Amino acid sequence: MVQPRVVLLRAPGTNADQEAGFAFQTAGAQVEFLHINAVLENPAALEQFQILCVPGGFSYGDDISAGRILANQMRHHLAEQLRAFKDAGKLILGICNGFQILIKSGVLLPDRAEDPIGTLTLNDSGKYEDRWVNLRVEGDRSVFLKGIESMYLPVAHAEGKFVPRDQATFEQLERAGQLVLRYCSAEDASNPNAELPYPLNPNGACGNVAGLCDESGRVLGLMPHPERFIDPTHHPRWTRQKPTVGDGLLLFQNAVAYFR
Amino acid sequence: MTLWQVDIHPAPGQPDILARGILSEAKELGLETCEIKAIRGFLVQGDLNEAQIGRLARELFADLVVDHTVVAKVGEASLAETPAGFAHLVHVLPKPGVTDPVAESARNAISDFGLTADAVCTFRKFWLSKLPDEHLQKMCSKLLANESIEQIVHGPLNLQRLHVGSTYAFELETIPLRSLGSDELVSLSKARTLSLTLIEMQVIQQHFQKVGRDPTDIELESIAQTWSEHCSHKTLAGRIAYKDENGEKRFQNMLKETIFAATQKIRRDLGENDWCVSVFKDNAGIVKFHEDFHVAFKVETHNRPSAIEPYGGANTGIGGVIRDTLGTGLGAKPVCSTDVFCFAPPNTKTADLPPGVLHPQRIMRRVVAGVRDYGNRMGIPTVNGSIFFDENYVGNPLVFCGNVGIIPPAMSFKETQPNDLIVAIGGRTGRDGIHGATFSSVELDSQSEKTSSGAVQIGNAIVEKMVADVLLQARDRGLFNAVTDCGAGGFSSAVGEMGAELGAEVWLEKSPLKYAGLSYTEIWISEAQERMVFAVPEAKWAEFEALCRSENVEATVIGRFVPTGRLKLMYQGDQVGELDMHFLHEGRPPIERQAFFQPVAQPPLQLPPQLDHRATLLKLLSSWNICSKEWVVRQYDHEVQGGSVIKPLTGIENDGPSDAAVVRPVLSSRRGIVVSNGLAPRQGNIDPYNMAASAIDEAVRNCVAVGADPARIAILDNFCWGYTDRPQTLGSLVRAALACHDVAIGLGTPFISGKDSLNNEFSYGEGADRKTISIPPTLLISALGQVEDVSTCVTMDLKQPGNLLYQVGKTHAHFGGSQLCQSLGLSGGDVPQVDVPLAKQTFAAIHQAIQAGCIAACHDLSDGGLAVGVAEMAFAGGCGVRVRLEDVPCESRQVGSAASHVAVALYAESNTRFLCEVPRKNAQQFEKLLGSVPHAVIGEVTDTGRVQIAPPADSQAPAWLIDLSIAELKEAWQKPLRW
Repeated sequence: MVQPRVVLLRAPGTNADQEAGFAFQTAGAQVEFLHINAVLENPAALEQFQILCVPGGFSYGDDISAGRILANQMRHHLAEQLRAFKDAGKLILGICNGFQILIKSGVLLPDRAEDPIGTLTLNDSGKYEDRWVNLRVEGDRSVFLKGIESMYLPVAHAEGKFVPRDQATFEQLERAGQLVLRYCSAEDASNPNAELPYPLNPNGACGNVAGLCDESGRVLGLMPHPERFIDPTHHPRWTRQKPTVGDGLLLFQNAVAYFR
Repeated sequence: MTLWQVDIHPAPGQPDILARGILSEAKELGLETCEIKAIRGFLVQGDLNEAQIGRLARELFADLVVDHTVVAKVGEASLAETPAGFAHLVHVLPKPGVTDPVAESARNAISDFGLTADAVCTFRKFWLSKLPDEHLQKMCSKLLANESIEQIVHGPLNLQRLHVGSTYAFELETIPLRSLGSDELVSLSKARTLSLTLIEMQVIQQHFQKVGRDPTDIELESIAQTWSEHCSHKTLAGRIAYKDENGEKRFQNMLKETIFAATQKIRRDLGENDWCVSVFKDNAGIVKFHEDFHVAFKVETHNRPSAIEPYGGANTGIGGVIRDTLGTGLGAKPVCSTDVFCFAPPNTKTADLPPGVLHPQRIMRRVVAGVRDYGNRMGIPTVNGSIFFDENYVGNPLVFCGNVGIIPPAMSFKETQPNDLIVAIGGRTGRDGIHGATFSSVELDSQSEKTSSGAVQIGNAIVEKMVADVLLQARDRGLFNAVTDCGAGGFSSAVGEMGAELGAEVWLEKSPLKYAGLSYTEIWISEAQERMVFAVPEAKWAEFEALCRSENVEATVIGRFVPTGRLKLMYQGDQVGELDMHFLHEGRPPIERQAFFQPVAQPPLQLPPQLDHRATLLKLLSSWNICSKEWVVRQYDHEVQGGSVIKPLTGIENDGPSDAAVVRPVLSSRRGIVVSNGLAPRQGNIDPYNMAASAIDEAVRNCVAVGADPARIAILDNFCWGYTDRPQTLGSLVRAALACHDVAIGLGTPFISGKDSLNNEFSYGEGADRKTISIPPTLLISALGQVEDVSTCVTMDLKQPGNLLYQVGKTHAHFGGSQLCQSLGLSGGDVPQVDVPLAKQTFAAIHQAIQAGCIAACHDLSDGGLAVGVAEMAFAGGCGVRVRLEDVPCESRQVGSAASHVAVALYAESNTRFLCEVPRKNAQQFEKLLGSVPHAVIGEVTDTGRVQIAPPADSQAPAWLIDLSIAELKEAWQKPLRW
């Protein structure tokens, strides 16, 4: 049995690295933490790993805009290395701030800096909010979401509203099956694009998009925090409903199982 | 050198969220509204050409999917084009020297493009539609900017270059102290904001007469900082002659003989089962928790700065208390935070505000934003809190920030060693907050907004996060012998404290500065944020420095701890100060203060003969102190670190009010930490003894209600009082401290740390019209509980129709300071007391019942009494409930009419009471566990979706005193703060 090695990328302001690491460990992976400075000094350090996770937090304070500064560092200095990582059939996961970084660096949706394909911007509510949301998986493109139909997870962000460059871009991503994770109501709805009201769609994201993957399905970025629901007592109503397993854990287990 | 301006506009079709927020706030404050267009931008100074700044604008500053930019040299016409329908252009920029974290990050990010900027500054820019001048000024000063940290520029920006410091020419300043008379000593203390009394000035004078020279300015400042109320707690830890109806009592050290003495007694009684580790000596108190970790807890206030600049005040308040945890022992890892605020009601009319104060709603919004932005960035969940509203906080809002950390047992103590290097890491030193330590000992007045701005700072959370990251790694590698944070007093306090037993030599010019121009004294007393001081053995310095560098943290040797017993201050080779450590720390003259307390007999409460209970309950639920605080809670990340167990909001729709928070700080363990708080300021002016007892009871019962073991609860005190030089004011504080002593011993809950903030009074007006507002005596008790297995915890939401509802504990006619009195505009009545032995028994019984799995839901009864408690449990659980007042364990049967019995049962705020939902099959076991603790079945959970309360059988009232749908009740509760 292969035990994949996961690297959690840290930067100034990363703050959800420990629990993401714990989630990967619980799912059966070997976990290491690397600071961005160490990776910039020696980009080849990434090669020994099968999974790269960019965890949540406020990289460089989210100063200027969320994830922007770390995303630029990756675009300027690590683009080659990350492309090779992807091409080698490995997995990349960006959670919350990690999602913001993957999209703004062009790792998730390859683009040119002066012509971005999409972004994550300030919530329509204008503020940071921590709340639980219902999510539905669209299609089977993402390796991480294999076999998962729906999840209940917390979001905690100020800048999570997905906005594509234009309607054509949105349709193209949708046709390609890349808009894999959508905010939904607990009761479900047939049309995933029908604009849901706040707080079902907590930030006003276009098409209720909560997460998307690259063309290969091996790179996933999502705003909700799967690492915050891996224990039954994480569920906000665990004293009522007694869940037996955390929805988020399945995502990490899928990543590990991919290498078995 | 060019100064470029980059304006960032929302792209066509994108919302102007900044403007929308300002407009809604303007409306709530009753300001003249107008059209607003708001954008943000950057000033960039450097040798950059148009193509380069254009690239930075597109790829760094703007997000091209949602923004568009206007880039030009400052002053060019394209930047000043006024959109149609707008008349005024206003820029808001940080004042020179004010921390601008985004600008600092931007400068570094520019270098990642291979470009260089000498300076960057952020700004906000507004266009407003035509307004009369007076209204425009008001908008600017009340909403668009805070002039204590920001400058307002009307019209286009027209500056040549950004401020980057000034030159400083060294000149040693000596103060001719020895020759001064009494009056001159007093004016010297005042002129230099030393906050030293005449007697203290005289002792310093005598000391230097003995030494045979005059002090330098830095020596005098060092003494003032060390002797400040903030650093030495000279009032409460001093001599007090206290007199009350029981006679006289002389304290040598009041805190030591009351609060600390209680802890010592509890520890002695516990013997070898003592679970306290370090109390009242380090930056936070430490108790045992888990085999691999102890837990540390500290709560402190940041009141004065928050009154003037609430965002920065709250920012640096939470930043400071996190550094306390980090600076405890060899460094505890912060795992959760709690924040409690006291404000004037948000609906206070602007016309009713005294001059010079910010509107309480503005203060509240900015304080919440300050805690949010700092706490969330630090990655520390803010899991618990409370907000208390009272008119008398109008000039002195209170901001309590608390932090819990975990620490390996072997790392719980520190000791500076001779010849250790003094190493400062983290933020650079600027003029920030000079005189914060002494300022926080001074009464605020209507001029404070203008005169005290030097003491106001903005935090930079990421710098502190980086410091925390390297601190914990350095700790685990054994790279230092001691650590403390730079709080009030800056280096002077930190180095003075760490070197108190040894001695120290400091090379002030080594300290990295934010900008040139600081004098040696400013470096020494600056309160720039995010700095910590370490004692690093010389042999470990290289590794320590390399670790810091690897994570972009600046570390600098600024001196050495030397076994001389003296503090020697050097600047570029010149000695600028030399003080005896013993005089510095022990030389302060003991002052005996007078304290006097006289119990005031309370007039009996006259309740109206007929109360509309339906309306009363709705009104109580909508009162500021009871209503939902979801607007605040949701803005805090309460789940980061992955250990959340009981969240601040709970129930079927995740929106009911939890009694306490539970987190699991060690992810591989089932053991949990419980955090709660208690405070009862309205009772403070009536009966401070019972106010303190009530606050302790509330904090403990909140903890117990979710499952904490009452035999393992540690508590913290925070005294916020008025002007304690007044014997009556100090007397009420001593009275409260006596209660702390008695109740802590009675319950077996040790105090492990504490803090005080005195002289919280606000004065305005001149001469005969001079008015002073004092805050109510406010004692915050913060509780730190433990649960062995978090899966035994319970929440307060009703679970299942058919289950029984018990009241545990007895209701008495306690209305003094109650929410009912507040709502009805009544005063009088007895304040709630605590039957301490019964409370202890009750807490133990509830805990056993929770452990045994008997209880489906548990909620403590507090503000608003039974009626509010029942309603909260019902709408949180989405269940109905039927209650029979007839069966409520209630002491008023003998005393009053049927009508007053109903009011007592429904609204009295007696302590040590719980509502427990118990499945019928557990009832027998539950009752057996409660034994002689007063309890009764008062109703049952229903599926009607209604709260129905039946009157006693002997009353003339209709079938239901209260019959309201949970939707209506919840709406009343949620509406006030749905901002």
